[in-house]
Amino acid sequence: MTLLKLFAAFMRVGVLTFGGGYAMIPILEREVIDRNGWATHEELMDYYAVGQCTPGIIAVNTGTFVGYKVAGVAGSVVATVGVVLPSFLIITVIAGIIQNFADIPAVKSAFAGIRVCVCVLIFNSVIKLWKSAIKDKAALVLCLAVFALSIFFDISPIIFVVLCGAAGILLTRLGVRGK
Amino acid sequence: MKLLLTLFFEFFKTGLFSSGGGMATLPFRYDMGERHPDWFTPAQLADMIAVSESTPGPIGVNMATYVGFRTAGVLGGLFATIGLITPSVIVVLLIARALKEFRSNPYVDAAFYGLRPCSIGLIAAAGLLVVRIALFHWDALGGGAGWWKYFFNWKALILAAVLLVFTRGVKATKKLHPIVFILASAAAGVVFSF
Repeated sequence: MTLLKLFAAFMRVGVLTFGGGYAMIPILEREVIDRNGWATHEELMDYYAVGQCTPGIIAVNTGTFVGYKVAGVAGSVVATVGVVLPSFLIITVIAGIIQNFADIPAVKSAFAGIRVCVCVLIFNSVIKLWKSAIKDKAALVLCLAVFALSIFFDISPIIFVVLCGAAGILLTRLGVRGK
Repeated sequence: MKLLLTLFFEFFKTGLFSSGGGMATLPFRYDMGERHPDWFTPAQLADMIAVSESTPGPIGVNMATYVGFRTAGVLGGLFATIGLITPSVIVVLLIARALKEFRSNPYVDAAFYGLRPCSIGLIAAAGLLVVRIALFHWDALGGGAGWWKYFFNWKALILAAVLLVFTRGVKATKKLHPIVFILASAAAGVVFSF
């Protein structure tokens, strides 16, 4: 019964969240705190913060935390499947439709326009992330170095992630951080 | 079957090494497209981003389902999605017992001090590739006299400028959901035949 409730609650989170990230918080609060009392506000914010500092999708990470707290490993799996299922179904239908209409000239023009919008959206999210994360010289240098290297060389993002994680530890130990 | 397993593994890697949500999986998609050119083109990837932003659910999950579906149908979408979320579930289960310790661990904190700028640099670089296909005719570069007339996609550049003003400058429209701008851009694309 609890598992079913978990599944339904996280499915609602999946359906009602457009865009993920912070857009998810009010819906999570309603489902997890107000409706079911599975966690306190502080706990949920902790999950959310740690969800951002662990690999993977924030919504999935948060779902796994809450599910685990409520009903152990089974709970975490059920909550995760719940949050992902609506995306999976909706995108499968839309991707199928788009594939069939992709050759129509008007659809091509529409997507050419949309691509312009995607540039602006990516630009805006880079600015937003920049404001929240680039707070000292070392972080600035690290960010620009990754940007330049990944433009000019064919390096896997995994290499950058591993090296930057190590650089973060090294820079903190050297006391460069925050200057 | 081999294709499905490759999809699973590719997205497993994305799930394991990307962090920070939203656009963070984008650089991994580009890397994937470069290594598997038959899966999708950069232009199709830009379309996937638009669809992922305009539909419910986490963007990373939407993109995984989309890429998987395009590459190998419904099963492809399933394998890609499961691949993406598996590392999340494993990692979170491992640290769920020691949540407070994890959060206050100085090494974790220090590693993320380095990972955040990394994520931004990677997203910006991947974004530049979308800029290249959406705002310019890159193949015209340096090709014969007056190449620069064809190099700039003027209609697209004007639309980008207008969108920048409305998403950053105008207070009344700044907070609108991206789907509004995506639909408006689609309309502009059709009306002005981009």
